[in-house]
Amino acid sequence: MSALPSVTEPSSEPDRDAAGPIGAPGSATALAGAAHGGSLDDMPEMLIDARLGRRVRGLAARADLRDGIALWRLAFTLGWLDIKLRYRGSALGPLWLTLSSAVMVGSMGFLYATLFHIGLAEYLPYLALSLILWQAGIGGLAGEACNSFIDAEQTIRSMRMPFTVQVIRTVVRNVIVLGHNVIVPLVVFAIFGQWPGLAGFLCLPGLALWLLDGAASCYLLGAICARFRDVPPIIGSLLQIAYYLTPVIWKPSQLGARSWWLPINPFDSLLEVVRAPLLGTAPSVFTWVAALVYSALLCLVSWRVFVRARPRIAFWV
Amino acid sequence: MLASPLPVPPGGRAFIDVTALSLDFPLYHGGARSLKKTVLSGVSGKVGGRLGRAGRSPDDPNATRRVVVQALRDLTFSVRSGERLGIVGRNGAGKSSLLRVLGGIYEPVAGRIHTGGSVNTLLDTNFGMNLDLTGRENITLRGRYVGLDATGIRALEEDVEGFAALGPFMDLPVRLYSSGMVVRLGFGLATAIAPQILLMDEWFMAGDSRFRDKAHARLETVVRGAEILVLTSHMPDVLRQWCTRLIWLEAGRIVADGPVDDIMTRYESGAAPAL
Repeated sequence: MSALPSVTEPSSEPDRDAAGPIGAPGSATALAGAAHGGSLDDMPEMLIDARLGRRVRGLAARADLRDGIALWRLAFTLGWLDIKLRYRGSALGPLWLTLSSAVMVGSMGFLYATLFHIGLAEYLPYLALSLILWQAGIGGLAGEACNSFIDAEQTIRSMRMPFTVQVIRTVVRNVIVLGHNVIVPLVVFAIFGQWPGLAGFLCLPGLALWLLDGAASCYLLGAICARFRDVPPIIGSLLQIAYYLTPVIWKPSQLGARSWWLPINPFDSLLEVVRAPLLGTAPSVFTWVAALVYSALLCLVSWRVFVRARPRIAFWV
Repeated sequence: MLASPLPVPPGGRAFIDVTALSLDFPLYHGGARSLKKTVLSGVSGKVGGRLGRAGRSPDDPNATRRVVVQALRDLTFSVRSGERLGIVGRNGAGKSSLLRVLGGIYEPVAGRIHTGGSVNTLLDTNFGMNLDLTGRENITLRGRYVGLDATGIRALEEDVEGFAALGPFMDLPVRLYSSGMVVRLGFGLATAIAPQILLMDEWFMAGDSRFRDKAHARLETVVRGAEILVLTSHMPDVLRQWCTRLIWLEAGRIVADGPVDDIMTRYESGAAPAL
């Protein structure tokens, strides 16, 4: 046999100082026929250097976050289309959620007001708000966070797209759901004439914290659940337990002197920073500090897990 | 149809540099997917008991050890602007994995990959479309992905609509389309966005014959606009027609790299890879 055609040209020396993976998902594409203008500076680059190992893992995750946020329009559209798809063909659309929540709040309200010997006017507004904040807020998002990457399997395998897009999409979807459900407590408030007044606006920082925690749990649970498929049911069971241990259907005051252990439950302080203002009282400083500490821990753990898992998620989904 | 490889757009700066690239592909099955079993086997493995060993036989469906396929081994090559690279090799040689690595979808375990220029990967037979969404919604999503504004998306819509000629089906879920319509929409959408680096799987060249001429002209436009084409294929005709250079992959390694005719002759004669 004659000599093989040359096997590859010598590799260029890796320029170490240019390191740092730059993930640019086709940000400079143009429609067919359009010329590729632009200078070298705006040419998207991608550099993945496995030899640099863990040193660049954090940079790559940060690039994912930055590029994902830059694609927020895509993420918002995806989240909105998810909702639209879920309720395509039903006359009421997402208001089905509202209706089923209303039925549940109504039936549970009468039952538990009797069981707990609390007046309906006192109990129903509390229950309506708590239940919606749990079901469409904390509990709902924690459940959906598990599938944030698994559900996007096809996209993840067919194009390079920041995982942050899927995270924002999941959060946006849940915000839309919460937005529809919040009608139920508002109607209950109107019926019983119980308006939180200006204090209600204090829920906004709490909701901002929820957005952050929601995104963090999508990174964390999304990655873990993509790798280990038995985790989503485990999370589901844990959420079920948390639902009963957290003051959602019962009131903290019912515990009396034994309510000291409530701050151990992260869900309690997180729920309280949004719920208390809407019921017309400001959450205590202690509650806020606890919520912030739990959130900081969650964000830290989530980010570390995501930094490690990010290069592997495409193989897992 | 093309008589010779397409001309190169002048002044291109796109590039692909691959150095000592290796890709391990973990396959998860059975117990490897389970957190419970992984933790248990980790614990019993540390204790070193007999129970731990029993679960670790590779034939055991509950085995927690994942199977790792060595998809790519120590690849080094560069592609410069203007090159039309074809990748040949048997099924399972690593062609699709290589495309996914070049597109940044799979990240390698060893080595370095550096690309410059916008990338479009045409890999998925569904063209990355969501079958439950309407044609129009799929177009909007693609437009958002490449960062188009509302005007750009409208232009994209018109362009794809003109090519795919779906009529009223544009506003129906893709799931209801005939297979021909799915291909027309997906193909029109995928080729509406002209990247600097085009990574393409061979099935893209197939398709039903009536559609083919129309598609070919459109594909040609995109390929002509791309500075670099990387194409995986089994089909000698396609490779001879579109490529200027071939890389022959066998079991994840480069067997040969050179001009199309040389490599194709060797590949077709079935010469044993000199590994």
